[in-house]
Amino acid sequence: MPKEQIEEYIEAIFDIAGEKGTAKTTEVANRLKIAPASVTEVFQKMARNGLVQYEPYKGVSLTTKGVEAAIKIKRKHRLLEVFLAKILHIAPEKVHAEACKMEHSISDEVGDAICRQLNAPARCPSGKLIYPCEKGIETCNQCKETLEKDASSASQRKILPVTDLKRCQKGTIAFLRGSSKVIQRLSDLGLTPGTEVTLMRKTPMGGPIELSVRRTALAVGHDIADNIFVEAAGES
Amino acid sequence: MPGCQGCPQSRNSFERNADLVVALAGNANVGKSAVFNQLTGVDQIIGNWPGKTVERAEGTLQYQGMKIKVIDLPGIYSFSTYSMEELVSRDFIALEKPDIVVNVVDATALERNLFFTIQLLELNAPLLVALNQIDLMERKGISIDYQRLEEILGVPVVPTIAIKGKGISELTEEIIKLGEQKIAPPEIKYGKEVEQRIEKLISLLGKIETFYPHRWLAIKLLERDGEITRLVEGLDSTDGTVVRAAEELAEEIERIHGEPSGVVISAERYKIADEISRKVQKIRTEEETLTDKLDRIALHPILGYLAAVGVIGGLLVWTFILGSQISGILQNALSSVEQYEPVVSGPLGNIIWNGAFTGFVAGVTLVVPYVLPFYIILAVIEDSGYLTRIAIMLDRGMHKLGLHGKAIIPMILGYGCNVPACFSCRIMETPKQKFVAAFLVSLVPCTARTVVILGLVAAFVNIWWALALYAFDIILILLLGRIAFKVVPGESVGLIMEMPSYHVPSAKVVLKQTWARTKSLLWVVFPAYVIGSAVLQAFYAAGLLNPLNDILSPVTVNWLGLPAEVGILLIFGIVRKELTILMLAVIFQTTNFASVMSPVQLIVLALVTMIYIPCLALILCFAKEFGWKKTAAITVFEVTFAIFLGGIVFRMLSLIM
Repeated sequence: MPKEQIEEYIEAIFDIAGEKGTAKTTEVANRLKIAPASVTEVFQKMARNGLVQYEPYKGVSLTTKGVEAAIKIKRKHRLLEVFLAKILHIAPEKVHAEACKMEHSISDEVGDAICRQLNAPARCPSGKLIYPCEKGIETCNQCKETLEKDASSASQRKILPVTDLKRCQKGTIAFLRGSSKVIQRLSDLGLTPGTEVTLMRKTPMGGPIELSVRRTALAVGHDIADNIFVEAAGES
Repeated sequence: MPGCQGCPQSRNSFERNADLVVALAGNANVGKSAVFNQLTGVDQIIGNWPGKTVERAEGTLQYQGMKIKVIDLPGIYSFSTYSMEELVSRDFIALEKPDIVVNVVDATALERNLFFTIQLLELNAPLLVALNQIDLMERKGISIDYQRLEEILGVPVVPTIAIKGKGISELTEEIIKLGEQKIAPPEIKYGKEVEQRIEKLISLLGKIETFYPHRWLAIKLLERDGEITRLVEGLDSTDGTVVRAAEELAEEIERIHGEPSGVVISAERYKIADEISRKVQKIRTEEETLTDKLDRIALHPILGYLAAVGVIGGLLVWTFILGSQISGILQNALSSVEQYEPVVSGPLGNIIWNGAFTGFVAGVTLVVPYVLPFYIILAVIEDSGYLTRIAIMLDRGMHKLGLHGKAIIPMILGYGCNVPACFSCRIMETPKQKFVAAFLVSLVPCTARTVVILGLVAAFVNIWWALALYAFDIILILLLGRIAFKVVPGESVGLIMEMPSYHVPSAKVVLKQTWARTKSLLWVVFPAYVIGSAVLQAFYAAGLLNPLNDILSPVTVNWLGLPAEVGILLIFGIVRKELTILMLAVIFQTTNFASVMSPVQLIVLALVTMIYIPCLALILCFAKEFGWKKTAAITVFEVTFAIFLGGIVFRMLSLIM
């Protein structure tokens, strides 16, 4: 079965069920516009490859491997959208469909190169977050400088935006992204790399989040917080 | 080195006419202003939100025959150039060289405060640490070994509870002691990679003389501080070797750490601060505090919004209701003392006296009743720490105006008086955000405009039309804010704000605050009223009013549909908005406005008064903050817009009323 098709399935399951939830066979079938019977067949194949867990009549959920693959493909998709819209000036309504086709054929290396070229954009044109790469580097500057010496050494660390932490979950600051002024301000307030932070609270509708750092409470706007990347610790 | 080339211009002139000059410096919201008030007896506004002190405040303390000048600097977290306040503070300490710098430190957040203490030491400031809020610290289960801290920092440390005046006399004594015998603060060393590069730069700086210490200059050059780089570049006779070397060294640091060098140095400084606090601080297990409990409501997805709307709405409704009650009582009381209906005949002296008295009565009955209740509750809200929570809840909405949550604070202050609110727009980070926020503040109906709306519309049409005007104003602010966001050039940044712990407002602080604010308003209002109404009566008697009104009549009569007599009011209203209503009484010789104007006319007049021009004090404030060009642009826009809108509203209302 072509890689492209598998990736479309992974994306569909990820969109429907997220990292942990379960997607029903009919939901996936509707989304991909494919008959449920053939969908089931693919699920079984994917389960054999360790990408999903499949329970007949219940549905599928992504395994850790599946989630990783989904995040990778989503990252490429959204980077491509930015690239198509910003650099090639493709009309906004066509960007998604084009990116859907291209995402399967570009390598990770090309994906990261696009990221570098675009100065590490935080969001795709429709405002969705672009996941960080897996290169295990400290900042996007470093990526620019070292120019990809070892693209394949994926880091074992799980780096995610601080906004993706759960309530009361702790994380250690990995790196900050954004304008130099904002980065300086955040580090002056104590959010320096290696510092432990706790996500105290999220406010609704993408409002600011409350972080506890060095025994002070900081409110940080969502846009800025999306660019604070942490290595997540267990929940406390 | 020729002349004074090396000194950056002092941004504010400062007169040093005292035996001892003491500057208070520290993070935002640690109690600097409280220490200042205790030392000097001045009532500097204090409140529980970061960014209140925008202007440097000065006061004097007489102690054992010595005159000690105390300067309260705005709260900052670092000496970078993130904000104007940081620049002003570092220049003040480096250039004006105060004899002593009291670093007010929040004992509940030692690391972050020490981060700034370290920078003060680097600036070679003669330092004294006031470890404030030790009561709160104990309640949070923290204890600090003061003596140990003193030993490590090499400067005196005095524990204080400034809000209650505890530790202030000890602090004063230490100030005197330190004034007599200066201690050289110790040098704080960074990690090897950074330290070696600092030393290399110091040796290169050898011949360059500025008001800053060499070590500090070297650190700032490594941090790529724009101002300092330019300063050193201008002084370097060796054709930029120093700056180029700094650039290379900074790049080396960045290559090693993969972070901007400024961030690396901040991280190193925090490491030092961490080490110090680990040595002196003990923390018992933390329990859920009152703040956590209250924030569960204040920042709740539904209850949080209800609370924010309830508090702001409640503040306004309380002001209206209580204000009109008190106003009525005072009016009755005063009219029984002396007849104050305007008189425009008889000898000139009588006329002017009458005008002055009318002005006084208007001040007492119009301003005091509305201002006092507003400021009391505002002080309670400020002191509690709740303002920052409103800022968080409304952050998303403010983004639509290119602002962020913090901008709601000047707007709420603006309901009292636009002038201090305009100054407090300095809490916004970028010039664009400051300007847009101040523009919107100028549209917020302050108590003066509230008086006009209530006095014209609520009293003689009905309360619903008055509320409708208020609602209309809020919609207007949102619309114009959105447009300003698109039109004004410049960048916007998001919200980064410290959230203070709640505390129970102290009655003493609230009352002092209310009085300080009311007093500063009365200083402007009473003379304006008394002189304004006397002048108007004199004009009237001299027969100058009609020609002026005739000139304005194409606008006032033909377009706005108002009586010709109000032309002069709109001119006086520039001085103070309430003057329009006061002068109306003088001109028509009645306070029953319904007998001389139709409801539509009353509404249109109130609307135009509400938006047509920022008052004189606000225009001056704008000019100070943004320059005359922008001030003129805003003034012209608001006058034109108000007249345009007034004419349209007049025609529409005439159809239905």
